[in-house]
Amino acid sequence: MTGFWLVLRRDLSLAFKQGGAAMLALAFFVVTVTLFPLGVGPSPDILARIGPGVIWVAALLSALLSLDRLFQADLEDGSLDLLVLAPLPLQATVLAKCAAHWLSTGLPLIAAAPVLGLLMNMPAEGIWTLLAAMVLGTPSLSLIGAIGAALTVAVRRGGVLLSLLVLPLYIPVLIFGVAAVDAATVGLSVRPHLLLLSAISLGSVVLAPVAAAPALRLALE
Amino acid sequence: MGFNGEALTCIRGDRLVFEDLDFDLQPGGCLVLRGPNGSGKSSLLRLCAGFLAPAEGRLRFDGLPIDDDREAHRARLTYVGHLDPLKPVLTVAENLAFWAGMNGASEAAEDALARFGMAGLADLPARYLSAGQRRKVNLARLATSAAVLWLLDEPTTALDDTAVAALTALIAAHRAAGGMVMAATHIDLGLPDAATLRLETPRLPVAVDFR
Repeated sequence: MTGFWLVLRRDLSLAFKQGGAAMLALAFFVVTVTLFPLGVGPSPDILARIGPGVIWVAALLSALLSLDRLFQADLEDGSLDLLVLAPLPLQATVLAKCAAHWLSTGLPLIAAAPVLGLLMNMPAEGIWTLLAAMVLGTPSLSLIGAIGAALTVAVRRGGVLLSLLVLPLYIPVLIFGVAAVDAATVGLSVRPHLLLLSAISLGSVVLAPVAAAPALRLALE
Repeated sequence: MGFNGEALTCIRGDRLVFEDLDFDLQPGGCLVLRGPNGSGKSSLLRLCAGFLAPAEGRLRFDGLPIDDDREAHRARLTYVGHLDPLKPVLTVAENLAFWAGMNGASEAAEDALARFGMAGLADLPARYLSAGQRRKVNLARLATSAAVLWLLDEPTTALDDTAVAALTALIAAHRAAGGMVMAATHIDLGLPDAATLRLETPRLPVAVDFR
């Protein structure tokens, strides 16, 4: 268990000392969403209608930005060799790296979402639901993304391939994330949508490490 | 007893690297791998570490095939490859302490650094290190490791004479405590009574691999 915390702490301190990736994802998120009022015009009704979808799509793309380096940096400097050999099971290492990715990328996105919700003229209940949906849904973005990152770890310029692999898998998160906010705005129950988002996240906690670990081992052959 | 390989064959990318290779390493022993570039020294070490599976043949530790218990095999070995796994933004001490922590350290990171005369640089971010200094930090990992089997792939790359002497002393101490060392090298490490395994360039036609 100490190994898990060591990996988590190392990846977090790398994310904050290098600064780059996490803050870039946040800036990308804010800028992308800000472009929409400029693009579709400042009509409050249209913005409120498309707001949840725009914010979710921007969140998916922002989470992807730093994913291609999740394992690649460790492959390039030989760290991956030693992480594979370490007593900590590789699945746990993957999970720790996903947790660090979520804390450094997912949390800032969640923190910025309410402000962007206001920008998109979303009603208060919609913003609260958006927050809840993002808290429950974004962990799966890091986890599902880790599978793609592990599969493309040895591919040069694998970022595009990673997007093509991972974005289709993000579709359920997008659908239920947006549906939850829509339900809240029209006064329907948000519970089923939030439960489904939690189910996706919990399922990917189990599946992602199991899928990513063999992919990483294969990359070292 | 010990660590041994029988009739090992290694194929990398449709190319036969070596075949029918045997070696035997006893506790306290040292096996030096010599041979021209591309003769399979690194491949043999990666085979022993379990990164690769042999196309044929079998690796045994204390008589048991290493495939039977991969976890136990990983726990008893430590591997030094061509790359130095240091993160540029972390300090030397942070880098070393991470690996020591991951592998259950037997010696404090500071003491291990002192063996290679790196104690004064412990608080320096690793990005400012020279190639030789990076290698010394990587080798200091050996001193913190409790592993029985050391797999060293050209450990002396970029090292100065003092550091080579420190490495030789470290290997001698490890062997005196019953440890085993396998090292691929092009220079004479000055290890007493170390067995040498000579790898030849494969006789079969070699497909050119541009990767």
